[in-house]
Amino acid sequence: MGNRSKFIWSRLAQMVLTLWIIATILFFIFRLMPGNPLVAYIDPTFTKEQQDILMAQFGLDKPLWMQYLIYLANLVQGELGDSFKFRAPVMEVIWGVLPNTLYLMLFSFVIAYLVGILGGVLLAWKRKTRFETIGIIATLFTRSAPQMWVGMIVLVIFSFHLNWFPSGGASATGVVYASEWEKLTSLSFLKHLFLPSLTAAIYLMGLPLLLMRSNMLDVMGESYVEVARMRGLSEQRIMLKYAARNAALPVVTAMAVGIGYALGGNVVIEMVFSWPGLGRLLVNAVSASDYALAQGAFILSAAVMVIMNFVADILYSFLDPRVTFGKGR
Amino acid sequence: MNTDVRMEQRPVQVAYRKAGFLAVLGKNLAGAFRFLKNDPFSMTGAVIYLFFILIALFAPLLAPYDPHEMIKHNGKLAFNQPPSAEHWLGTTNMGRDIFSQLVYGAKPAMMVGLTAAFFVVVVGTLVGLFAGYYKGRVDGVLMRVTDIAFGIPFEPFVIVLVAFLGPSVWNIVLAMGLLLWRDTARVIRSQVLTVRERSFVEAAKISGASDLRILFVQVAPNILPLSFLYGSLAMGWAILTEAAVSFLGFGDPAMMSWGFMLNDAYASQALSREAYWWIIPPGIFIMLTVMAGFYIGRGSEEILYPRLKNQ
Repeated sequence: MGNRSKFIWSRLAQMVLTLWIIATILFFIFRLMPGNPLVAYIDPTFTKEQQDILMAQFGLDKPLWMQYLIYLANLVQGELGDSFKFRAPVMEVIWGVLPNTLYLMLFSFVIAYLVGILGGVLLAWKRKTRFETIGIIATLFTRSAPQMWVGMIVLVIFSFHLNWFPSGGASATGVVYASEWEKLTSLSFLKHLFLPSLTAAIYLMGLPLLLMRSNMLDVMGESYVEVARMRGLSEQRIMLKYAARNAALPVVTAMAVGIGYALGGNVVIEMVFSWPGLGRLLVNAVSASDYALAQGAFILSAAVMVIMNFVADILYSFLDPRVTFGKGR
Repeated sequence: MNTDVRMEQRPVQVAYRKAGFLAVLGKNLAGAFRFLKNDPFSMTGAVIYLFFILIALFAPLLAPYDPHEMIKHNGKLAFNQPPSAEHWLGTTNMGRDIFSQLVYGAKPAMMVGLTAAFFVVVVGTLVGLFAGYYKGRVDGVLMRVTDIAFGIPFEPFVIVLVAFLGPSVWNIVLAMGLLLWRDTARVIRSQVLTVRERSFVEAAKISGASDLRILFVQVAPNILPLSFLYGSLAMGWAILTEAAVSFLGFGDPAMMSWGFMLNDAYASQALSREAYWWIIPPGIFIMLTVMAGFYIGRGSEEILYPRLKNQ
């Protein structure tokens, strides 16, 4: 256990270092931008004095290193400044949309990993048949198809043609939910959630499916599966009880990393379905030159990714006894 | 996994040790061509890519109209037309010929795919080579940098950077190149860690070859197939990302890309008009080029047999 806790601590230190460097890079990207970061805030009719007062308010009159220290100190306290566009603290704006991104991500992951794991078992089971060939080719298509395009096709079919689902947004116009729970349990919200989740899941399910398939093929060569077969157990029992259970372990770790990536990466889907989440917030903030908001949204997705990578590493060290904790391996 | 096995079976033999880097590289390239000929997947990928490169080169000859031209018939703007003999895929809401746009869209896709792949192969391979060969502090620093690159969300990073640097294809390639090398570097490093322990490296060391010479003459040729594989994967990701960035409205306004076509169709209500002839073709073309990229270096194998960890 000593080795493992040392490993966890060193990974933790590494994670903090990574986050700090990302925050630093971000600071410089946003400071080196052409023009003044207040450009969206300052009215051209402002006098020089009014501008100076604003600059002082945002701390932009101080030397760069001081701005950097203030920025880091604020960041540690979760203080991300004010959004120019919403005239509200960035944290508040982000918290407002974060649940939507989480719902979209969780729902699409449930669909993707259920279908993916079952599909992977099925493909391994039906190996060397036409079913497998078609399944693999279909999966390759889902990995190569641009997400906005899949989303658009899904929209044309299920929303515009069949009229089964709404074409965008997270709620019908004018509807306000009293609580997150009420929102989650309303049929209207779930209907809004379905198409974007489906689109994300079509892309996501490829990984668990193929990972599961190749793990199954590996596991099926193991001696305990051979023994089970010799004992005369049914193929179904061997597949599900012996092979699938062991093959599914690595898929869990892949999911941890995948969740991290999905949080930062659902930009396109959120735009196609006008889903009010973190990705759409980021794009709109960048388009509107709302730098504080863009910076906040970016740093939050980066933090989630780094943390999920950390979680995956730790999970992996528990799941795979072959992982060693030595340096340099 | 399979690629590694295949590589192990093709070590650079001691006989070539003195032949130098170019000879070994030539040997490997010749092998790559033979491989291409015997492998239907790679062949398919290469043929599709060649096809699109030709389209990109001869776009002005192949396209019946200028992709930006607002076409008028008898003085009236020919907008939102369904497919016809004159306009094979109809026209946009501004009266632009969709088929011509599709043809012109091959150029940015090929440019982005090939340059991103080049970037990834060069940077990722160099980082992986140095980290794996020198180990110790060099390795530590390079791998921390790689960890940081892994902590940056890809799409948001490209969007933010392109928004700052200005919308051009090269800025998109640069932004992608700054992050895409990360997978390659990790994989190459772990491969170098095993290659450097092999006997021909030992032999070169004893015979007094310099570190750089060993690195580029003995080690590098052995990991190049792996670099190419990751380059081919990068081709696919780069084309997909360029399309996404263009779709989001941060693309190069001077270029007609497939991502922009989708953006245009989306923004001008092609969905509610169910204008399939406008929506479907750009997506198919993106998909084909991405798949071709995966196939060329047998990148599809990496996708089909995913590993849990690239270590």
